[in-house]
Amino acid sequence: MSESEKFTCLIVGAGPAGLSAALTLARAGVEAAVLERGEYPGSKNVMGGILFTTILDKLLPEFWREAPVERHITQRRFSLLSKDGEIGIDFKTSAFNEPPFNHTWSVLRAKFDRWYAEQVEAAGAMIIPGMMVSELILEGGKVVGVKTQPGGDELRCDVVISAEGANSFLAEQVGLRRVHDPKHMAVAVKEVIGLPQKVIEDRFHLNDSEGSAWEVFGQAVKGTFGSGFIYTNKDSISIGVGSTIHDMKRHNLNPNDILELFKKHPSIYPLIRGGESLEYAAHMIPEGGYTHLPKMVANGLILTGDAAGLVNASHYHEGTNLAMASGVLAAETVMEARKKGDFSAATLRAYEQKLAQSFVIKDLKKFQKVSAFFNENAHILRDYPDVLVRLLKDYFAISEKPKAEIEREVIARFKREIGVINLVKDIFKMGRAMR
Amino acid sequence: MNQNQVAPAEESKLKVTIEDKLFLVKYKIDKESHIEIDQEKFKADPVKAVLYICPAKTYTLNEQTGECLISFENCLECGTCRVAAREYVKWRYPRGGFGVQYRFG
Repeated sequence: MSESEKFTCLIVGAGPAGLSAALTLARAGVEAAVLERGEYPGSKNVMGGILFTTILDKLLPEFWREAPVERHITQRRFSLLSKDGEIGIDFKTSAFNEPPFNHTWSVLRAKFDRWYAEQVEAAGAMIIPGMMVSELILEGGKVVGVKTQPGGDELRCDVVISAEGANSFLAEQVGLRRVHDPKHMAVAVKEVIGLPQKVIEDRFHLNDSEGSAWEVFGQAVKGTFGSGFIYTNKDSISIGVGSTIHDMKRHNLNPNDILELFKKHPSIYPLIRGGESLEYAAHMIPEGGYTHLPKMVANGLILTGDAAGLVNASHYHEGTNLAMASGVLAAETVMEARKKGDFSAATLRAYEQKLAQSFVIKDLKKFQKVSAFFNENAHILRDYPDVLVRLLKDYFAISEKPKAEIEREVIARFKREIGVINLVKDIFKMGRAMR
Repeated sequence: MNQNQVAPAEESKLKVTIEDKLFLVKYKIDKESHIEIDQEKFKADPVKAVLYICPAKTYTLNEQTGECLISFENCLECGTCRVAAREYVKWRYPRGGFGVQYRFG
């Protein structure tokens, strides 16, 4: 390979992190190429479906006028499911109907990422689909390029930005990561279910292009440490469940069995009734959070997005926004390194500092204890929903029994089955974990 | 009241089993498998998590030989097998351009 064919930067993966890095580099006139293993960008990309867009809106202002977004989210809903009931919080505001629409959209990634890749190409970046990076080329302890499949071609560069996703092979190759601990990796499955637009808007009480994002805990995932979700698209619903591989393995569960239980739940079924399954997908989510972040740079290598474990797995379920932010910061770091003519880890470490100063690491830090808390207090998601629904059922049950007597019974039952002290303790601990 | 009144005719377009759901997925199938199993280690593992945890039922047991059969063409490329059973699963991405092709994602 001739020297002229050497790139400054090769980016592995055309997801939100890789594309945001490519866009930033292209605008700065840096020679970069994105290598994407899918036949087209987006063809391998899956998420539940909510895209947070503070970064995208800076990169492509008012992107929503052109982009294949589904709905802007005006309604957030959080529920605990018991076997036959539900307790929830529902929040809705028409304030989110104004630009920038609270930076929260439902999207279908195969469509959205394909569009995003087109914008990035239009800005001058090179995107090469159908090319899987099988390994990094190392020389003298430095990453100097990549090997690709099929064909076994070698491409040379000064620096690689890995945006390869949750399966972070390249990070493992250079020892920045090991295969994930099953406790810190979730597997999620999802179905896209087609329904007429009008039916969706009626069932979810939505006007026009408004959308609803609903996160469900407890028996939605058989009380494992995970959650279910329902997001409204234009004329389909994204419905799925996710839980840690550790819990799935421990309880001998298949993700699809949990999804089917979720779909049949009396609170869920009326929303998808009469719909048509259009697609089924599976994906892993790195949920280790702040305490399990890897070193993010090596000589000639930067990790971004899921490959770097940048997922806020709290109730925000935010990943793509962090991915885009990390892509931009990685690109800026590459630009600085290029000016210095030095792509060593020492120089690239500026990327870690940029991340630490951004909302990315600040948010991960804030929620660092949440997943450990629920892992250690499995009873909260496993037992509380059933007990709470039973208590409320008794409370609201209409009979000729005097209400004062019902109240006394419900309170006695509450004390017996949960206990005031235990509840206060759990709420206190949960509060601390969230701070 | 937690019984679901399911009308079979109406239900037909909502898929239930993994087999039925995989028919909805578009693939470009490679000639060669991207998954290998260390059969001896698989046989020695009492848990055999890949047999139940895979969202695409890629792995099944050959009752006669006790070996693990791999339907690599089913694979949805999540990588769960690799995390759940790293001792005996060697899973890589399929070669560029091959494998699952999500239309919605």
